[in-house]
Amino acid sequence: MEQVTALFARIAGAGTLSPQLLLWLGALTMALIMALVMAACAIVFTWAERKVAGFIQSRYGPMRVGRWHGIAQPIADMLKILQKEDIIPADADRKFFILAPFVLFIGSLMAWAAIPFAPGFVAADLDMGLLYIFAASSLVTIGILMSGWASNNKWSLYGAARGAAQIVSYEIPLALAVVPVVLYAGSLNMTDIVVAQQGGIWKWFALRNPFLFVSFLIYFLASIAEVNRTPFDLPETESELVAGYHTEYSGMRFAFFFLAEYANLFLVSCIATAVFLGGWGHPVPGLNFAPALVFLAKAVLLVLAQIWIRWTLPRLRVDQLMHVCWKVMIPLALVCLAGSGVWMLAFVRFA
Amino acid sequence: MNPAIDGVAASRGGDDRAALPRLKSELLELNMGPQHPSTHGVLRLLIHTDGEIVHSVRPYIGYLHRCAEKIGEGCDCRQFVVYTDRLDYLAPMNCNFGYVVAVEKLMGIAVPERAEHIRVICAELQRIASHLIAFGTFGLDMGAWTPLLYAFREREVILNIFERLCGGRMLYNYYDIGGVRFDLPDGFAEEVVDFIDMFERKLDEYNTLLSYNKIFIERTADVGVLSVADANAYGCTGPVLRGSGVAWDCRRDDPYSIYDRFEFDVPTGQGEMGTVGDSWDRYMVRIREMAESCRIVRQAVKALPEGPIRTPELKKIVKVPAGAAYTRTESSKGELGFYVIADGGATPFRLKIRSPSFSNLHVIEKIGPGQMISDLVATVGSLDLVLGEIDR
Repeated sequence: MEQVTALFARIAGAGTLSPQLLLWLGALTMALIMALVMAACAIVFTWAERKVAGFIQSRYGPMRVGRWHGIAQPIADMLKILQKEDIIPADADRKFFILAPFVLFIGSLMAWAAIPFAPGFVAADLDMGLLYIFAASSLVTIGILMSGWASNNKWSLYGAARGAAQIVSYEIPLALAVVPVVLYAGSLNMTDIVVAQQGGIWKWFALRNPFLFVSFLIYFLASIAEVNRTPFDLPETESELVAGYHTEYSGMRFAFFFLAEYANLFLVSCIATAVFLGGWGHPVPGLNFAPALVFLAKAVLLVLAQIWIRWTLPRLRVDQLMHVCWKVMIPLALVCLAGSGVWMLAFVRFA
Repeated sequence: MNPAIDGVAASRGGDDRAALPRLKSELLELNMGPQHPSTHGVLRLLIHTDGEIVHSVRPYIGYLHRCAEKIGEGCDCRQFVVYTDRLDYLAPMNCNFGYVVAVEKLMGIAVPERAEHIRVICAELQRIASHLIAFGTFGLDMGAWTPLLYAFREREVILNIFERLCGGRMLYNYYDIGGVRFDLPDGFAEEVVDFIDMFERKLDEYNTLLSYNKIFIERTADVGVLSVADANAYGCTGPVLRGSGVAWDCRRDDPYSIYDRFEFDVPTGQGEMGTVGDSWDRYMVRIREMAESCRIVRQAVKALPEGPIRTPELKKIVKVPAGAAYTRTESSKGELGFYVIADGGATPFRLKIRSPSFSNLHVIEKIGPGQMISDLVATVGSLDLVLGEIDR
């Protein structure tokens, strides 16, 4: 953000703009860039999801719109969904019904601010960046609960109750899994965490020690639950709850849920990239890629892995989901935390 | 106070209600269907739930009622075959088969050898197609999308074979009183054998993908356990009955057509993953039956004789003599019975259809309560219902 602010200052000429105004301009620009990047990613991922699903299911997926392998399909979908009638059920709680998709969307949008895509390319280089990300992405729970309650539909209510329980539960292993990383990096600042992993693939936190590797797996699985995807897609379980918390939504409001889902999907992958997979660092020495591209490539690979899982596995039941979280993941995450601490004491000398 | 809720509160060990005297709780009434993604048609289940736990299930049917039995009284026997297509629209060949066998029994006519073989080949291919849908949609109920697409991929081959045979891809109207409507096209036998060769390998793929998947087993083992006594009391047949461990199959135990000439096993539920009669067993019986159907088709294709495909002396309008006949055949869903009563007129006096899905559905009242909503979906899915046949 400092660079952006400096850029504005240079364009306008030094001293002509007040520092206050510069700060606002910089923040707005960054927010705009982030929102656009996020929307673009979400749109590309809807296409990627369909293509990958198609390949897994021995079919083509979209092939017509946009000449090359249906590349323009998401745009056509967006145009279609924009024209849809905006239906608010008669007995719905109008205020919350309208507000819910935005709360959900803003929750995932906010978290993006602290993701470091490249050295210096981070909207808000917060000292407690990791905590901020988890706090901001918890807003999603509120959005889901709001939509489920306001819809005044029993299926939505079930979806919302399941969603809230699931996300609140899975935030615990999610957060516990990154604590060992904080131990190693000695900081909650996202940029610091990435910088601590530079200098070869063995510096990546996922590969520093076996406990951290397990932590990475726990984080990855918990993040799938966090974004409500198969095998943890209980809040929307098509075959049980019709469409879960967004059953009553249509048109653009539904599109917001849809976008938020993919934005979240990409968000958790970006966090994993930054925290466990070395961020913009790459193992090829001497080769100088654009760091942001390296970062994005890793995140996209993680997204593809999640898509692959979604189209392969069946879904868990709600009690089995809780069982996995409380009785398997959390104890394991705690063991990994303790193990990493011991490993640090034993093998890593304090400077 | 609701007795069901009192029971739940007591079973949770707390006398919390004393501490919260004004907290009133009641069961949530929930209509699952007739428009719901996992009721396999227009089935409506009225369920009462306490949170995620189902307290009672009551199926409501009739959304697809088309007076099939009454129509059967108004048209002559040959004309009614086309309506049997629409009973179990996932297995029309089996329904055709059941009806023509009943009429032939009433008329006392024999069917040419070639026609009998063609009938068996088509019925078994149809059983595979129908079980493929059951497999795919059950996977879908469990949240796995991909098996459905794989199932449709293989089913497509069967549909192509049938299309070449009689022109239809969904509703065939192929069986005729006294035979079948058309002779086999050129290369039919090779086509069928090629499909069977390919399909037997695909079954392993299904098992790897879904049957032995850990999550799938967790979701279906010990879920919706149907005891033999309940299965008998409700009149369950087909894979639902065999899933409970009863080796009863009309094709083997009360043979019709030429089924007594073929060698095949009757797979039953063994409780491999949990209890005998759970959803996994019912599912697995279908998977194994597909392999058995492949065996029967192979034998039938090998033994296929030359000759006429229809009893030559039958007139265009088939008149049935006065009397009554009941036959049961093994359709893909279970025992499909046709009871035809005739008074010597142009049309049957009364036609009664005993549809297997109808009996199989109603056990849900018995085995549904006490489960979670997700398990109810699994149980309904494992019963493999077709509403066209239930409502008739």
